[in-house]
Amino acid sequence: MTPEPDMTTTTTTPSAPERARPYRGTKVRRQRVRAAWTFLAPMLVALALVAGWPLLRTFYFSLTDGTLSALGAANFIGLENYLVYDDGAWYGLLTDPLWWRSVWNTVFFAVVSVSLEVVFGVIVALILNAEFRGRMLVRAAVLIPWAIPTIVSAKMWAWMLNDQFGIINHLLMTLGIIDSPIAWTASATYSMWAVIMVDVWKTIPFVALLALAALQMLPKDCYEAAEVDGIHPVRVFFKVTLPLITPALMVAVIFRLLDALRVFDVIYVLTSNASSTMTMSIYARQQLVEFQDVGYGSAASTLLFLIIALATVAYLYLGRKQLQLGGD
Amino acid sequence: MTSRQLNKLATRIGFWVLVAVVLIYAIFPFYYAVITSLKPSSELFSVSYWLDSLDFSNYVAIFSQGSFVRAIFNSILVSISVVAIALLLGITASYALGRVRFRGRTTVMLVILGVSMFPQVAVLSGLFEVIRGLGLYNNPAGLILSYTIFTLPFTVWVLTTFMKQLPQELEEAAIMDGATPWVTITKVFLPLMWPAMATTGLLAFIAAWNEFLFALTFTLSDDQRTVPVAIALISGGSQHELPWGPIMAASVTVTVPLVVLVMIFQKRIVSGLTAGAVKG
Repeated sequence: MTPEPDMTTTTTTPSAPERARPYRGTKVRRQRVRAAWTFLAPMLVALALVAGWPLLRTFYFSLTDGTLSALGAANFIGLENYLVYDDGAWYGLLTDPLWWRSVWNTVFFAVVSVSLEVVFGVIVALILNAEFRGRMLVRAAVLIPWAIPTIVSAKMWAWMLNDQFGIINHLLMTLGIIDSPIAWTASATYSMWAVIMVDVWKTIPFVALLALAALQMLPKDCYEAAEVDGIHPVRVFFKVTLPLITPALMVAVIFRLLDALRVFDVIYVLTSNASSTMTMSIYARQQLVEFQDVGYGSAASTLLFLIIALATVAYLYLGRKQLQLGGD
Repeated sequence: MTSRQLNKLATRIGFWVLVAVVLIYAIFPFYYAVITSLKPSSELFSVSYWLDSLDFSNYVAIFSQGSFVRAIFNSILVSISVVAIALLLGITASYALGRVRFRGRTTVMLVILGVSMFPQVAVLSGLFEVIRGLGLYNNPAGLILSYTIFTLPFTVWVLTTFMKQLPQELEEAAIMDGATPWVTITKVFLPLMWPAMATTGLLAFIAAWNEFLFALTFTLSDDQRTVPVAIALISGGSQHELPWGPIMAASVTVTVPLVVLVMIFQKRIVSGLTAGAVKG
């Protein structure tokens, strides 16, 4: 049914509000609210089935000794997966140095890669914001890393970083920067940086696009004023542009941080289960699937969930506080 | 005259150098994957920056494997089904959230936002149980079900922001004509929502096409896998002898459609990404 022209015109006549009110009244309103819940129901059921219920079950499994092959036969063992005192020594997830190593690796990965992404993302956004020929083409090209599946980009970089035949080692040796090939993905010193390098390459476009959207909404006149006054562009950037796009960057940062804290694919493909790059997600999945220890693995998953939830709440709280301070 | 002009020239050159660096950085890894995939395996181990001749043996090798073709088919099936489900549930939910004012609306929005922040690993064991309980383990249907956890919240969120922007008059006219909410959605809003649905559908498709953790965990046999898992699990004689040629050929095969889609729908994707994030 398409709205007839005379209908739309009547709603714009002065008498429209009075005529419209009865329709907004109880009957239509109630019908609409009921319809709203009917429409929401399938989505809420789907989310409950794939998110709510599984999350509760994961919490529960973390308190059991369940294994992957016999989930139904899991016994309740309280907090023993987390921490247990047995025969003069403490055991459990909270005493596992590898778990704490994974926590540290995850935090290090998240902070370093997101910082680099923001810096380079803003630089790319500034370039794309300038007027030049072929700008659309460059923007399309910049989007390519974002479009490439994470697994594929990890494999591509794994090949480029190959210690014997990789082009990166070849290039660095030709330029005389290194004398002997580096085992990028195998060495404990370099593998974390290799992973960060791949992640940064893949996600710069996302940050750049968000920053670009913010840049394009900035008012033109203060730049013209700055140019007339002969203020150096770098100064203009730090004094005018950066403060103005910071709210948009903060959104990008929270999205990226939440992504980085649950990182799995890129590390799984590049360095597998190596402890020097093991993150919380890798650790939890290894326990769950490879060691089939659902209780212990679920305990790790639960802690990961709590850490991310806490980080989100803290971020939102601090963000609001800062906004309020800025408002004063 | 000269120093000022020189300065300007230097700035221009510097700018173009920067553009070139960004371009090479963005494109080179993919370019290198393409040329690697077009080399015979004997030439793989001497580094070169361009191709002297074309060799399709790597492509022949992966396509003659039934499991890779099957994986492509599985990926297409899963991604398209996921998009269809997300759009169907998303458009009705976004009507309710974007056009109707009711109690509990904010709570529902917060729940959706919360689910979109879930780490996938946090639901892994619980979801494993659900999928096995429904008899969907090692079955693309299990992946279709599990992927709604990340496609649905995102789709609802973006469609709701689009839905809110549509003019009020349209709906009032429909209500006065006595149209039910379902008719209002299908006859009034749906035609206007196509662009937004194309954008979110495309983003959901890419997310489903690229997903790895669930696909790795919830499938077991070669013929049920999706493409990312198939590529990750291509292996050679030993850990140190990965068949890089076929891996790159497979990588290029599954990436080219995405790159083409992104090039064509560049504007839409950008608007979808920023709508999802900026309003979030």
